[in-house]
Amino acid sequence: MRYEAPETLDAAIGLLAGQSGQVKVLAGGTDVLVQIHADMIEPDVIVDIKKIAEMREIADEDGAWRLGAAVTGKELMDNAAFNAAWPGVMDGVRLIGSVQVRGRATVGGNVCNASPAADSVPPMITSRAIATVIGPNGTREVPVQDIATGPGKTSLEAGEFVVSFKFPKRPARSGDAYLRFTPRTEMDIAVVGCAVNLTLDDAGICTDAIVSLGAVAARALIVEDAAKALIGTPVDEAAMDALAAAASAAATPIDDKRGTVEFRTEVAGVLAQRAAAIALERAKS
Amino acid sequence: MGRAPSPFATKIPYEKKDLKIVGTNPTARGDAVDKVTGRARYASDISLPGQLIGRVLRSPHARANILSIDTSAAEALAGVKAVVTRDDFPDMAIEHAASGELMVNFRDVTRNMMARENVLYDGHPVAAVAATSDAIAKQALKLIKVEYEVLPHVIDVRDAMKPDAPILHEDQFTKGVEPKPTTPSNVAARMESKLGDIEKGFAEAEIIIEREFNTKPVHQGYIEPQASIANYTEGGLAEVWTGTQGHFVFRAQIAKLLEMDLSKVKVIPTELGGGFGGKNNVYLEPLAVMLSKKGKRPVKMVMDRDEVFRATGPTSGTNVKVKMGCTRDGRITAAQAELNYQSGAYAGSSLPLATITVFTRYDLENVSVVGHDVTTNRPKVAAYRAPGAPMVAFGVETVIDEMARECGIDCIDFRLLNAAKEGTQTHFGPKLGPIGYIQTLERAKVHAHMSEKLGPNQGRGVATGFWFTLGAETSATVNVGEDGTATLIFGTVDVTGGSRSAFAMIVAEELGIPYEKVRTMSGDTSALGFNFMTAGSRGTAAGSMAAVTATRKAIARMCEIAARKWEVEPDQVVWEDGKARPAGANVGDFAPMSVAELAKEAAWFGGTIAGHAEINVAQGGPGFGTHIVDVEVDRRTGAVKVLRYTLIQDAGKAVYPEFIEGQFQGGAVQGIGTALNEEYIYNDKGLLENAGFLDYRIPVASDVPFINTEIVEVPNPDHPYGIRGIGEVPIIPPLPAIANAIHDAIGIRMRDHPMSPPKVLKALKDQMIEDAAAQGTAAE
Amino acid sequence: MAKQYVTTIVNGDNVEVLCDPTQTLLDVLRDEMDMTGTKEGCGTGDCGACSVTLDGVLVCSCLVLGIEANGKKVETIEGMAQGEELHPLQRKFIDHVALQCGICTPGLLIASKALLEENPDPTEEEIRYWLAGNLCRCTGYHKIIEAVQDAAAEMRGN
Repeated sequence: MRYEAPETLDAAIGLLAGQSGQVKVLAGGTDVLVQIHADMIEPDVIVDIKKIAEMREIADEDGAWRLGAAVTGKELMDNAAFNAAWPGVMDGVRLIGSVQVRGRATVGGNVCNASPAADSVPPMITSRAIATVIGPNGTREVPVQDIATGPGKTSLEAGEFVVSFKFPKRPARSGDAYLRFTPRTEMDIAVVGCAVNLTLDDAGICTDAIVSLGAVAARALIVEDAAKALIGTPVDEAAMDALAAAASAAATPIDDKRGTVEFRTEVAGVLAQRAAAIALERAKS
Repeated sequence: MGRAPSPFATKIPYEKKDLKIVGTNPTARGDAVDKVTGRARYASDISLPGQLIGRVLRSPHARANILSIDTSAAEALAGVKAVVTRDDFPDMAIEHAASGELMVNFRDVTRNMMARENVLYDGHPVAAVAATSDAIAKQALKLIKVEYEVLPHVIDVRDAMKPDAPILHEDQFTKGVEPKPTTPSNVAARMESKLGDIEKGFAEAEIIIEREFNTKPVHQGYIEPQASIANYTEGGLAEVWTGTQGHFVFRAQIAKLLEMDLSKVKVIPTELGGGFGGKNNVYLEPLAVMLSKKGKRPVKMVMDRDEVFRATGPTSGTNVKVKMGCTRDGRITAAQAELNYQSGAYAGSSLPLATITVFTRYDLENVSVVGHDVTTNRPKVAAYRAPGAPMVAFGVETVIDEMARECGIDCIDFRLLNAAKEGTQTHFGPKLGPIGYIQTLERAKVHAHMSEKLGPNQGRGVATGFWFTLGAETSATVNVGEDGTATLIFGTVDVTGGSRSAFAMIVAEELGIPYEKVRTMSGDTSALGFNFMTAGSRGTAAGSMAAVTATRKAIARMCEIAARKWEVEPDQVVWEDGKARPAGANVGDFAPMSVAELAKEAAWFGGTIAGHAEINVAQGGPGFGTHIVDVEVDRRTGAVKVLRYTLIQDAGKAVYPEFIEGQFQGGAVQGIGTALNEEYIYNDKGLLENAGFLDYRIPVASDVPFINTEIVEVPNPDHPYGIRGIGEVPIIPPLPAIANAIHDAIGIRMRDHPMSPPKVLKALKDQMIEDAAAQGTAAE
Repeated sequence: MAKQYVTTIVNGDNVEVLCDPTQTLLDVLRDEMDMTGTKEGCGTGDCGACSVTLDGVLVCSCLVLGIEANGKKVETIEGMAQGEELHPLQRKFIDHVALQCGICTPGLLIASKALLEENPDPTEEEIRYWLAGNLCRCTGYHKIIEAVQDAAAEMRGN
């Protein structure tokens, strides 16, 4: 295995495009190193993208945040302004691994590892963040929900990688939240995850909502019926019940070591309600 | 347990006296500074010049015949210095030996360490290599070609007992059944234990409760993976550094498995990164020695975490049926249990211990226990803290809770009505001596915890546990230095650092010198006579008996020195307050001599001061504990949160109280892990799905509250300081206590372990359906 | 697999080492630098026994390539005491019997030190969540939490 640590995007593109064997992009390494350890992958070249300045930036571009794909969870947690802007995204980031893991793990890695249970992905999706993808054929923009296509699989072409994520400017009276269910309080993988992002008008009626579920399908889902259950309502009990029903109906989970179909389906609705309640509080405050 | 008690076993009567050191918390622990600075040496920290790295090839199947093994490509790889398979190890005849709390059979031990005819579980070793680097060793494993004939497998204990189950061993016929069965069975043995007349007991009962419980295997979860380093010399001698709970037992097993003389094998125990019974068995050691012999260099082997989960001993998965009867005023009249215990791939589970512990908290007239030891396609089970006991306590202590409620009696009062006490006849043999069970219950009853208010969906549960204290062979040597300081060499393994301190306190107390003047250290297998393992709560209890015996011999030697100096008879000298003194005024007027003064004169008066002990400590001094737990259940997700926890246990005598609290707390949290989330998960191919700390969920710091502890002291009459073993009891009650608390919170009895969110949520939904149906019926 | 030259500052000392690109920082510390105080419990970032700081950030050294430490500062358990003087956390761990077998102790100490540098007065809950990445199987965490609280108080000057 060879290790390369390019310092510019161009150098990285050149390295990634010019390889014959298996190439792996190394961001935080908290998934890649585990996969190497378990002999799941045997890359010929590792391209460490942490030395590329653009990929390490957190920038407030007039309320629209741009986040380098190699920014670590800890760096994000230390950024008070981003925390205030996107508390729901931070709910997800704060749940990745442990303090130690968040010291290394990146949001870009969390998205590109394409685990259906990745904690930062549902709230990134509900934030409507757009990934800037770069590769030998130039740059393109891809909504976060379209990066993962299935467990461990992405829509990235050979030689492509994510440079940054752009978060849209938020309207007033908006709030987002992410909750997951795990048997342990920490150090666990989501059995179900749910993010809700909503906006209220000045009368407290929900004008916009987006709901995403993690760990209940091959990739994180956007549940349109769940959003519809909220839009046009004051997010009252009836709306919450409809939300839960829609979330549970949209879940198509599997039975595995982490949970059962029955459990995940039921809890998807419960978490949708609980996350919506937190998002509502945040929108109002 | 293991072997029958010897009539020659050592007991030293309890000596009630004022103590200066024992019972205090020492400020310095012999092992602690090295552990907090990273200087303590565990097995994987040791390297030898020229060492090779060894790796094990493991079965990818739950069950298969091995048709062929071709190692030629691996052997041809540059850097590979040795490859071993079944062909390198002699076959063993059936021969049983004690290993910790469980018995082993060498025919099976050799097959478990290296498969012969077949593989019987996912992770079963098939070959091992030693190479100049870890990377080469791993590469070599991929070059070994094994041809398997995959066979049907069976994991669950109930499935394995069915008549049409795949049979693991065609030559295994159920023992303990007359006449001898003619068809092979996965049931290796049937055991039965009785007291009184069970039918009469049930006839007298006014309330009878019969329930069935199932538990999944759980792993010891020590943080240090197994590691060993072996050096086989040209002279035919083997040295092995390893993390073990019993280096003498390991030496015996290595020598046996490799057909070597005991005297040619030396095992040096390193600092141990947790064991809990899981390091009672050899896995890597014989392989490392054989690889070293073939490779002619030292060989170091360290397991990966997934190997630890796949191939080292979890505890048994079980199916337990409990039927108990009582009168309306709360007297238990009959207690019956059927215990079905997985042993893993080879016979020999913790069933005998389950049989002993199942009802031994209660004073019962009519008891019947039947058990089955059942082979399944899982790793051979190993002991895990109170092996066998938590699963039967799960059944019995929840049935007790049900009976108490049925009678309208408080659950602690109900236990007090039936509590075992001095003179209680056990169903398995001995009568109990003085014990502290009632005291733990009485302390629980008045504990502040019991008056904490509970909110909605919160509940409180109580359960109790019992464990005996293992005895067995124990040796120690005390050397008194020329400066009057003392060194104790002990042969038990000090797993946690506690016994090093406890032994030092006891030796200091006996000699009458400060704690700081005693050093205690573990001796390797060449330093002392045979010592049994640190298992069954015996480490400090039995080890201290040897320490006291050895110290008293050193004291006798010092009295002899004084006698020679004073020109009196040795029996005219006594040892008091750390000094040799004339036994009475008529002996003469001699100034008392301290240890240091005697040590200075020792050479002239015959030689160095030392004392040693080689004893077989009598088993005894059972310990009892009562636990109280509060939980909160999230009705919409089934999540159970432990809010408060209190543990009260009889320690006999707490030599080092803070350390004992730590053991209590650690055991309770392991029990909480068992109760809520820990389990082995196999897929339909019989492969382990959660072989890592991410999905085998041991509790993390944020999962648990503070664990309040109280120590009760009812001295063990057969120990000079009254010490009882304390390690096992704390893990027994949490499983049933939490089950009882969940019932108190939501009115549901959980009888399937673990009580994980999907199971609790399903039970809640089933309850809603039942309630709705009941209301429907009522409406009609 | 050509080895690569790596230079780091470990506990204040310049260390140069040749390492294989697949080796983790944990492997490099233990096998190449003979610094065995940092322990391996899982190799997958799930137990925290290998905790070190890398340029001041708490990480699992099993999830860092050795080569990534090139030009960076690494702090391990071996650097925690100042000569004979134990760090207050080390002392309090001993005083409170916050360790038994000790295999998790180096990682817990490194993680606790990182916590107190960021938050000198953590609540019980904050300590428990911060240390959730460090598994301990012996103590049930009780005395570890007490030791960290007590060390924090002492370090604040209380």
